[in-house]
Amino acid sequence: MAGRRITSLLSFSSSTATSVPSFGRYSIWGRGISRFSTAVAAEEPITPPVQINHTQLLINGQYVDAAAGRTFPTFDPRNGDVIAHVAEGDAEDVDHAVAAARKAYDEGPWPKMTAYERSRIMFRTADLLEKHLDEIAALETWDSGKTYEQSANVEVPMLIRIFRYYGGWADKIHGLTVPADGLYHVQTLHEPIGVAGQIIPWNFPLLMFGWKVGPALACGNTVVLKTAEQTPLSALYVSNLLHEAGLPPGVLNVISGFGPTAGAALASHMDVDKLAFTGSTDTGKIVLGLAAKSNLKKVTLELGGKSPFIVCEDADVDMAVELAHSALFFNQGQCCCAGSRTFVHERIYDEFLEKARARASKRVVGDPFKKGVEQGPQIDSEQFKKILKYIRYGIESGATLESGGERFGSKGYYIQPTVFSNVQDDMVIAKDEIFGPVQSILKFKLVTNHPKHLDKKKKPLSLALIDALIDNRNLDEVIQRANSTRYGLVAGVFTQNIDTANALTRALRVGSVWINCYDVFDAAIPFGGFKMSGNGREKGIYGLNNYLQIKAVVTPLKNPAWL
Amino acid sequence: MATRRISSLLSRSFSASSAFFVSQGRKSGRGRSIHRFSTAAVLEEPITPPVQINYTQLLINGQFVDAASGKTFPTFDPRTGEEIAQIAEGEAEDVNRAVSAARKAFDEGPWPKMTPYERSRILLRFADLVEKHSNELAALETWNNGKPYEQAAKSELPLFVRLFHYYAGWADKIHGLTVPADGPYHVQTLHEPIGVAGQIIPWNFPLVMFAWKVGPALACGNTIVLKTAEQTPLTALYVAKLFHEAGLPPGVLNIVSGFGPTAGASLASHMDVDKLAFTGSTDTGKIVLELAAKSNLKPVTLELGGKSPFIVCEDADIDKAVELAHFALFFNQGQCCCAGSRTFVHERIYDEFLEKSKARAMKRIVGDPFKKGVEQGPQIDSEQFEKVLRYIRAGRESSATLECGGDRLGSKGYYIQPTVFSNVQDDMLIAKDEIFGPVQSILKYKDLDEVIHRANATRYGLAAGVFTKNVNTANTLSRALRVGTVWVNCFDVFDAGIPFGGYKMSGIGREKGIYSLNNYLQVKAVVTPLKNPAWL
Repeated sequence: MAGRRITSLLSFSSSTATSVPSFGRYSIWGRGISRFSTAVAAEEPITPPVQINHTQLLINGQYVDAAAGRTFPTFDPRNGDVIAHVAEGDAEDVDHAVAAARKAYDEGPWPKMTAYERSRIMFRTADLLEKHLDEIAALETWDSGKTYEQSANVEVPMLIRIFRYYGGWADKIHGLTVPADGLYHVQTLHEPIGVAGQIIPWNFPLLMFGWKVGPALACGNTVVLKTAEQTPLSALYVSNLLHEAGLPPGVLNVISGFGPTAGAALASHMDVDKLAFTGSTDTGKIVLGLAAKSNLKKVTLELGGKSPFIVCEDADVDMAVELAHSALFFNQGQCCCAGSRTFVHERIYDEFLEKARARASKRVVGDPFKKGVEQGPQIDSEQFKKILKYIRYGIESGATLESGGERFGSKGYYIQPTVFSNVQDDMVIAKDEIFGPVQSILKFKLVTNHPKHLDKKKKPLSLALIDALIDNRNLDEVIQRANSTRYGLVAGVFTQNIDTANALTRALRVGSVWINCYDVFDAAIPFGGFKMSGNGREKGIYGLNNYLQIKAVVTPLKNPAWL
Repeated sequence: MATRRISSLLSRSFSASSAFFVSQGRKSGRGRSIHRFSTAAVLEEPITPPVQINYTQLLINGQFVDAASGKTFPTFDPRTGEEIAQIAEGEAEDVNRAVSAARKAFDEGPWPKMTPYERSRILLRFADLVEKHSNELAALETWNNGKPYEQAAKSELPLFVRLFHYYAGWADKIHGLTVPADGPYHVQTLHEPIGVAGQIIPWNFPLVMFAWKVGPALACGNTIVLKTAEQTPLTALYVAKLFHEAGLPPGVLNIVSGFGPTAGASLASHMDVDKLAFTGSTDTGKIVLELAAKSNLKPVTLELGGKSPFIVCEDADIDKAVELAHFALFFNQGQCCCAGSRTFVHERIYDEFLEKSKARAMKRIVGDPFKKGVEQGPQIDSEQFEKVLRYIRAGRESSATLECGGDRLGSKGYYIQPTVFSNVQDDMLIAKDEIFGPVQSILKYKDLDEVIHRANATRYGLAAGVFTKNVNTANTLSRALRVGTVWVNCFDVFDAGIPFGGYKMSGIGREKGIYSLNNYLQVKAVVTPLKNPAWL
């Protein structure tokens, strides 16, 4: 049972480490798959156990061709072969989709149904997703290259979980009654915003679908969703299930297509009331600019990161190594919240480095459909080349390449798990989001000397206070370095000391702090960025705010019994 | 006592109307026999404001300082167009200095490192000091802005004090959540201050906007760089001085007087500003949001324009509806983002309503805002004055019927006659654009579906007034109108606890109330594994 827990599957932590065998290193040892073996990649790719039935745009409950009749190919990242040709949505298709969503919102039935009815459709969707879990997971792996075990055991269950979570919210969206300063009855209504435009990325196509569509529908909005051009397939599949579950036509419209055409048309559409975007910071800036120039639609952004993973000297080194490894390499390193700056305390640095390198060298790379494989190919040739370029930068900037550093095999977009040590803050690999299997390990120092400025003070200080100051100075360096980035998405903190944990938790300017764990993505935990990692929070109760408008309603009171 | 109630002072409704109207409404006008549309009040020598101007410099890091460039700009008395004072003109370099002071006060403290209780006490002490100086502040506000002194002294200053008491009470009540997890984890959320907040406020309610912005930002532990409107720089400098007297540490609140394209733009695009709040026009709001997008993606809240419907149903009490529709539009010389600027009247009562509205407008007392009993002062400046007169011309040319007013009043300053148009059609400019002046447009409608559709057919969505005795009509309209505030049988009720903000192009986010805290907080999720938890 523990092995099937959603959290324990996606996340690693000391308390759930026993679940690691399900797709961690134990399974590798047990099955004797060679590390860095090109054998797996060179073998004939396993045929995915799924049919592709939906390649058209989904508008107003119907699968339709693009207005222009155009299609674009979607590829298998294992070999770069074409999987299918997908209808390519452009501005005109976005117009049709928005008109359908507009009608379903303005005239109903969606926002005019009871919240309970909306909730039941979402629950039924979750049940249908569960029924088709294997096919959906296979489709996700085929199109994105992530391991099938991860898709089937983690991501599709999380999608189901998200739909049940937000299904449960639908009938629990409460406004407030408000104390007034006079003879008034004041209430607030939490209303759906209207038509939500949503643009999702390719790294977690289904999860991002769940994060976006779940709260939007629960709050009574209608949706036009644009998928990433790399991964259009699974959203089309699950959207069909939503309609099977009873979703009325026009409530959820799915446009496959490209950012500069379909994405831009959605972001600047005058009839879209809300936009949610997940992707790079640079694209996020463009999206927000388009919203500003058009109709000031409200925008939530979930963008890039360069998240610190801080290993303090009192951390359990083995556990920290394993979690730092998963924090970076999970999903081929293609996570906005990847722990891509591994800060290790100098006292344990050598031991940590040795073990981190050994762990990376043992990482099983290969056909993501193969059991026991931990790492599949990168998403496409563009990302593949970008990562190899960053690896070259790392080597040229004088960081020490500890393992990996090259492509893996000769076909598809596989890259060796790569570890750099002696990484300095000003190196490009320590500053830019690489979005690949490249771990950068940085050292931070301990200030052991008694602080000189304290000696000069005549006022006696208690030992405890001096200790506290030393501790603070010790942490100051890593806090300052961890925070000196334009990003602020997440951080990992490894320590057994509660004071260290508390000090770092408050000082780190990030949206999530995972202490002695990482990548815990429960439905109720809000996720989002400080600084240029984004605006707003997804998941949890906070995710509802993105899809609600607040309306204050005021009426005078005659002879009220109380105020 | 009832007349001192804050909500009844700023707002009018059935229950509060009797007390308020007597104090500065038409009865007092009749009693004192001030002529309607009388230029007499305007032509008299302006009353000398009972206040000194002591603060004209920028306030940076707790010090009043000149602009880096040494430049100044004049600020004017709208009654005469004469200069009141020369004010230090902040530009990019001054914004840089102010932001680095705010940055330091945030990053190194003391502000966010003080206990919320300490922050709360400073806000409370500040409110008390403002109360003590409220006569001078009201005079300064009227002098610089042209709004009636009685409104400044009896509505806006008390509202200002009320808002700081309100937010002081929030400072130590900002709770995060503990969160149910799907596994053996302890999950909590921290609601943290964002950092340095840039705030840009308009000239129509200089002090009230100061409070809406500064109150929640400080209560949440942020530090601030505030840019005032170039038309009304004076009162913010005065109250900011009182804030420091109340114990606010240097650098926590910095005030930059100056212009939008220079000081405003550099604040909006500053890389070290973590949050931006703007109140002003929709067009400027779009620019501000773009600057945030192009720079560092600082989260932005916008409170922008409106063209708010005021819907009078056939079952409404006509006299009350007339009075409130009048107030909804003409309040503050019509210079309200939430002005009820499209008065929709049911066809069955249209003629009676129109007749009475015209009569009410003609009785409106326009004159020196320092004079007792005056209801309407001058518009803020010549630019607005010209713009309003241009819209009146557009109304005439579009064949709406000019029922009264339509011209400037007197020959000095920026006074405009209370103006009423009837037979206004939806596609006329005066029914579409935000005029921001004393120009009421009366439109006729037949049934509820029609008026819902017409009321919503605008890019704006700020507020709406609904007049009906029928609870079903009230409920239907309340849900169907796409606006941030629905006032049913009342208008302009601005209690501290009531959220205010726009749908559509009227803005992003809500100010006041519990909702406004979100604008100044970041949410941080903190997760740790649980060992042998007693419960999950």
